[in-house]
Parts: sequence; structure tokens; C-alpha cells
Amino acid sequence: MSKKMIERDKHISVGTRPERMDAKDKVTGHALYGTDISLPGLLHGRVLRSPHAHARIVSIDTSKAEALPGVFAVVIANDLPEADDRTEKAGESTINYKFLRDNNLASDKVLYVGHAVAALAAKSPDVAQTALESIEVEYEILEPVLDVRHAMSDQTQVLHEQIRTDGPDGSGDTPSNIAQHIRHVKGDLNKGFSDADVIVEREFTTVPVHQSYLESHAATAVWSMDGTLTIYSSTQGAFLARNQVSELLQYPMAKIKVIPTEVGGAFGGKNPTYVEAPAALLARKTGRPVRVVMSREEVILGTGPGSGTAIKVKVGATKLGKITAVQAELCYEAGAYPGSPVHPGAMAMFAAYDIPNGQIDGYDVLVNKPRVAAYRAPGAPQSAFACEQIIDEVAQNLGMDGVEFRMKNAASEGTVRLDGSLHKSIAIKEILGVIEDHPHYNEPIEGPNQGRGVAIGFWDNWGARSSVEINVNSDGTVNLISGSVDLTGSRTTVAMQAADVLEIPFDNVKSSMVDTDSISYTDTSAGSRTTMATGLAAVEAARDVLAKLKVEVADMWNVSLDSVIYSQGVFGTTESNSESITFADLAAKLSGQINGHGNVNVENWAGAGGGTIVDVEVDPETGQVKVLRCTAIQNAGKAIHPGHVEGQMQGGVVQGIGWALYEGYQYDELGHVLNANLLDYKLPTSLDVPSVEAVIIEKPFPSNPYGARGVGETPIISPAPAIANAIQQALGKRIDQLPMTPTRLLEKIGVI
Amino acid sequence: MYLQDVALILQLIELDTYLEEVNENMSKKQVVSSTINGQQVEFLTEPQQSLLECLRDTLGLTGSKEGCNDGNCGACSVLIDDRLVNACLMLGMEIDGKDVVTVEGLSNIHELHPIQEAFVLEDGLQCGYCTPGFIVATKALLDKNANPTEDEIRFWLAGNLCRCTGYDKIVRSVRLASQLMNDANEDLQ
Ligand code: FES
Ligand code: FES
Repeated sequence: MSKKMIERDKHISVGTRPERMDAKDKVTGHALYGTDISLPGLLHGRVLRSPHAHARIVSIDTSKAEALPGVFAVVIANDLPEADDRTEKAGESTINYKFLRDNNLASDKVLYVGHAVAALAAKSPDVAQTALESIEVEYEILEPVLDVRHAMSDQTQVLHEQIRTDGPDGSGDTPSNIAQHIRHVKGDLNKGFSDADVIVEREFTTVPVHQSYLESHAATAVWSMDGTLTIYSSTQGAFLARNQVSELLQYPMAKIKVIPTEVGGAFGGKNPTYVEAPAALLARKTGRPVRVVMSREEVILGTGPGSGTAIKVKVGATKLGKITAVQAELCYEAGAYPGSPVHPGAMAMFAAYDIPNGQIDGYDVLVNKPRVAAYRAPGAPQSAFACEQIIDEVAQNLGMDGVEFRMKNAASEGTVRLDGSLHKSIAIKEILGVIEDHPHYNEPIEGPNQGRGVAIGFWDNWGARSSVEINVNSDGTVNLISGSVDLTGSRTTVAMQAADVLEIPFDNVKSSMVDTDSISYTDTSAGSRTTMATGLAAVEAARDVLAKLKVEVADMWNVSLDSVIYSQGVFGTTESNSESITFADLAAKLSGQINGHGNVNVENWAGAGGGTIVDVEVDPETGQVKVLRCTAIQNAGKAIHPGHVEGQMQGGVVQGIGWALYEGYQYDELGHVLNANLLDYKLPTSLDVPSVEAVIIEKPFPSNPYGARGVGETPIISPAPAIANAIQQALGKRIDQLPMTPTRLLEKIGVI
Repeated sequence: MYLQDVALILQLIELDTYLEEVNENMSKKQVVSSTINGQQVEFLTEPQQSLLECLRDTLGLTGSKEGCNDGNCGACSVLIDDRLVNACLMLGMEIDGKDVVTVEGLSNIHELHPIQEAFVLEDGLQCGYCTPGFIVATKALLDKNANPTEDEIRFWLAGNLCRCTGYDKIVRSVRLASQLMNDANEDLQ
């Protein structure tokens, strides 16, 4: 792969704002999402879920349900083969197949309210729903473990008898709810703190929040007589879903075809599969297509969420504003099975700073709540909530401006992070510079009870494997197919890069996402990777096309291959001035039989930094917080489609505002979720948020042909701490819990 | 046994038979005839089926989406006799004799409605799942108020959730839509 940067003036498509390829289908209601799939003879699948947070399954009797008219089949865990105890990477998260099997259909124990126990297929959703009630499950109820700190103590029930803590000094020898203990150490902690003039220490807590994609999970499965299992799925990774189903059913990958549908939002939550394997089992038992669509309540109870946390943090700094040491303890809820995002949470914490001495201890903790799934920069918003508030507090104690203090300690290229990795090209200082100069940061705050807060964040992103194929048609148009599920416009941004390399109009490229039979392996659309990594595969595929066409041209004119040149859609040769042929004419001559492949495994990618400036007004009587103004700053490397980058930034920030002020699971003491609907689980509406101003910085990443970096996740990291810092300025009180609800604020003010 | 007790028992028996009848009727499908997207339509519905189910499952109009099924997301927004409603909160039976417009009714294969065009031009969508609901809600707004302010737009659209966009580009789309529609009206005059 040539590392040569593509020169700017050559960009025909990249950096412009063409219309999204899927836009017209989506605005007219024609686009087909997972929930829209219907096939002849379709049966409706529904899932029976546990009413208990922690219980042993004594027996399941499905005979009454099976006997009901209109019910075609019932399946339970026994219908799935035993699974391997093996863990694989899935986006920024991991999947263990044994646990995935138990999470799809519980075998011995239910571990959270909403845990799937059985599934059935019936002629209509109503019949299916009624039939669920006649499945008899006998439970032996166990004490639920709901609090992360309590879960970590010795005095509590363990969720999994076989789990021992995998720690920095080896594995524990008694069963524990701490599945893993990680530790990052840099420098000399004691010396660092003894050098400090100011030390601040605090504890922060957050509760689980749901990704809350508007479309629920949906899968439609059908078997053909040759043994092919076809699944239409709302997954964010078609190959990831295929591989999970293959493991769960112990069925060959080649015989499973996953067709990705349009996806109504995912944000990390549609990496694990929940309904695909049960739908496949039911379809096999009935011989008919079966569609399983979750309700909103099921989505909240049985999928996601992002991790709830308890975080202790301590920071020391000199009078001159230099951080001398940091220490943090990150306790992250994994939910029912190991795999919280404590790794990326620990990676991101303090990653924007150059810290000489530090220690981070991270714990992956089992509790009786749904197994967490990745949620946009998984783990980072929680650790940033703690980090960026404490940084603010240290600056205040030093009598120093928060941005100036951050600038004094900002990380740059070559900084060694606490997790031991070396920062490549990053733009933390540039971001802080933009904040300092931005009118939003400099204009006075207008009224009483108003405050302005700033926070920054860093996210590492992901690279991984992508495949693209380009077929050239005889009229000079091209078809581009990729293995990436298009979540928010990647069909378009990937095609832009191909058009750019091919030097043909963007309109001449038709780009599609295809099923797992049609292209080679592509990792899931996660980790802010798709536009960058699948884009790179498209660049490779386009270069492959041009290389092949050049061979054809050399043959045709009988000139040396080296002499063939290509510019602005026209081939020529340095050996003569008279020969030339356009891309389209050549395509016609070759009857369109030219294709290019791009298979990349991106191991060298770049992280992205970002920041938020926010103004709030607090009503001291009601405790209500209104976000008055918000500016988001982010390093995109190169904005392939600036409109999409702005959209990612604005959407991520508003999710961050929701996390900060409204969102969060509420549990009773038995582990029932009290707000499993969109009335009580409040998401931000258009009235709750201002128009977020998106400021894109372009500090290119040298190893990408365009300098592009992932952009999707970073924007969610800094809004919550920025809002907390703004509230602190308005009230003089620091809020150490998320969400920062009116009740919490009133408690802090001392009104209640 | 007293006379009034006998009467009560008799009443209860009557109630039982009545309930049985209701149950029987419940499982009976009913014919509904209404105008959907300008076309006269007759379809069968079970009495408990929501309008959203009828539109999506019986009539194949899957443009209206389900996000919550309890009136809190607006993804199922449709117009009934020009009023904006959540199709998940109405029964299919209730549209008998009524005029229904769904997102599919705003455009034809050759031409987008100006509201749809505006959402395309302003990148007013990401995943697009909320988009049909927003477009129908926008139509209801602009039919009432051709020049809404940003506050009016945000207030009107507060019943529609979008998880992807952060709303800014949606608000811009609505502003552009109002402009496009006003321009078209001026051209007509
Ligand atoms: S599905 Fe009707 S309001 Fe959400
Ligand atoms: S575009 Fe995805 S919910 Fe609005």
C-alpha cells in the first residue's frame, strides 16, 4: 500500500457534500429495515423473559404453549448445542460464546430481569404473546447483586461459581464477581504525589444507560432445502452476526447467509446478537420463515446497555500548574457476563494529558443487570466524567483557568500514555487552542445561575479488516460493494473515496452493502472505523482497477506499462502525444469485464480528540438544567464528507447531553427496571437541546491517504463533564453522579 | 336464598354470556373502509389491532415505523383527517370513513415532496428510522404555519425522537422545507 498522501487539489469528491445514496429511500419510507422484512408464510417469534434478577431455573414446561392452536414451535437453551468457552473481539467489546449462548437463552440460571428463557413461533404476534404466558418456569430465587461496590465485596452472592478474578498478579482462587482486574502503572506514584502542591480526590458514580437506537433488534430467519440458513438482520456487522450464529448453532459459516438490512441506529449495541439464533432455531423447527422483533421494553431489559460505574480519582499538581501524579480506581459493571468496557475506559482516562506518574486500577464487575454492550466510545464518557471534573477542580484550586491548565499538561505526539502506548499524531493542543479562541469561550455569560464548562476527551478508534470490490461497467459507471453495514452514510463516504481515486464523477459510482455470501470478511461497523478502513479498502480496490486498466491500455497501444498515465478520467502514454482514451471508452472496449479488489487489515490508525464548550442555566427552585449553548470541537483528520462529520458530532453530543442530564436505568431493590419505556427513560428531544455548533479541525493522520481519522465516537465523551463543570460554575457545587437530575441538584443546593 | 340474590346470579349469567359473545366478536375480523394516501381502501382488522399494525402488516405500508408502541417516539406519525396522530395509539377500526396520509403518500416515484427534498438536501437524517415520522409531523406543522420560527419548529417536533442527528440538521431541513414550499406557492400565484 502506498503511504503517499493524495494531494488536495486532486480531490473531486472527498471533502465535498454529495447527497447520501440512501437518503431518498429513507425520506419516502421505502428503505427496508430489519423490522420491515416479511416473507411468505412468515411466523412471528416472541421471547419469554425472566421476571427475576437472579434465580436458578429448576424446570421449564413448554407443553401447554406447544399445544395451543396457532403455536408452531417453542425453543429453550437445550435446543442450542453446547458452546465453546472462547472469547473474541467484537468492535471495541468482546464476545465469549459460552456466555453468548446463555445470554441468547438462559440454561441454568437467569441473571437479570429480562434474561431470555424461551422463544416461540406463532401465526400472529398476539397469539405468540398469549402463548408465552402458558410456558411454566419454576425458579429458585437468589439474592440479586445490583451495586457494583457491593458486588466486589466478599460478602455477596457470586453470579458465576466458575469465575476467578483474572488479575495483574495472576488468577484468584475463590469465586468472585470481579472477572478481571487490570492495572496500568507509569512512573513513581508516591514521588509524584509528594511533589504536588495541591491534591484533589473524589468519587464519581454513573448508572447504566441504553444506546436507545430507535429501531429495536429484528431478525428474520429462513432455511432452504440445501441447508442454507438465511437471516435478515438489523445487526451492525453482518459477518460478526454470521460468525455468532455459526458458533451458537455449530453450523458452517458457508451455509449461513446474513443479509444486513437498513439499520435504525446501533451505536455499538447491535454487535452482540440476541434474536438471530432463536429465530434460526424456530425456523428450523417449523420449516417456515420466522421473524423475531423486540419491543422497546425488551430492548431496554434484554440488550445493551452502557456500563454503570463507580470511579475514584486523585490528582496532584504543582503551583505552576503541572500535574505530578494521578491515581484512579475504575469499577465498571459488566452486567451478567464478563466484558465491561473498563479497558477502553482506562485507556481514555487522562489520555489527553502528559502524566509523569500514574496508576489506574480497573475492575470488570459482574452484577445482575443485562450484559453491557459497546456504546459509542465505550467506557470513555464515564471515566471522562470523573477525569475532566477533577482536572477542573485542580485548576480552580490553583486559581488557574481550566483551559490554560489543560494546555500546560496536554499530551502530544510521542507522549507515553498510562496504559503504556505511545501517542501518534494527535491534536489535543490544537483543540484547546480552538477552544481558547472561540467566541463561545470568550463572550460573557449573560444571567444569574448560568455557568460555562469545558471538557476534552481522547478516543483511540479502531482499524481492522474491510473488503471492497469494484466492478466497472461498459458505460463507464462502476458498482462498488462492501462488507460494511452502512449505519449513517458510509456507502456514500466510501464511494466518494473510490470516485476520487478513479477520478470519475461521484454520480458514476453506485455503492451497496451486500450479504455475507457476496464478499470477503469485513469487521463490524464499529470503533469509528468504517469511513476510514472500508474507505481505504475502496481506495485499494480503485487503485487495483486503474492498475488493471493500465495493463489493458499498454497492451492496446503496444507501449510500456510504465509509460501509461491517467489523469482526470483519461489514459495517455508518455511515449506518444496522439494516444488517449477515456475511462468510459476503455470500459466499453473491455465490455465492462474489469474488477478491482481491496482487502485491508488496518493496523495503523489514529485516535481522535475532541472537546465541548457548554453554557447552562440552572433553575435553583426546580433544579432543572437548561443547556443554552453548546460548541463541539473535533479533529477529523480529514472530513471526507463534512456534513456527515457534523452530523456525527451533533448526534454524539446530544447523546452526551442525554447521558448527563436525563438518562439512566432505575432499579428497585429486587433488580426490576422501573423505567423500561421511552416515557420514563427520557431521551433528549428537540426542545431539550440547542443547535450544537460543530467545529471540525483537520490535522491529517499521515498513514491514511486522505489523512482521515474515525469520528463517530469521540463526540460523546466530553459533554457530560463539560455540563458538570458548567453546573459547578453556576451553583458552586460539584455533581458527582450521573444523570444530573433536578433531584440531585436540589439535594446539593440543600433545598431537599 | 333471597330474591335479589337470584336476580344477581341471573345477571351474572347474562354477563357471562355477554362476555363470551364479546370474546367471539373480538376474534372476528371487521371490515374497515377508508382513504389511505388518496386511495379508497378496504381491509380487515381484528378489533385489538393498532392502526400501526394494520398499516405495516396488513397493508404493507412499512414507511411508518415502530419505535416504542406507546406514544413516546413519533416514529409512527400519520395524518388522519389532517391531524397528526401516533398510529400506534389508535386502533385500525377507528379509521373507518377517515382520510389517512402516511409518509408513502407524500411523494410519487417521480418526485419528492418538498419536505422530503429538504431533508435530503440538509442531511436531516442518519439512520433514517425516525425520518418518516419527522416528515409527516413537519407536513402537519407547515400546513398550519407556513413560516415557523426555530422555537416553533422545536416545540412542534418535541413529540418525535431522533437518536442520531442531535436535531440541528432536522430543524434546518424544516426551515428549508418551509422556504421551498413558500417558493412553490409563489410560483403558482
Ligand atoms: S411507535 Fe408510536 S409513538 Fe413510538
Ligand atoms: S436518524 Fe436515526 S433516529 Fe433519527
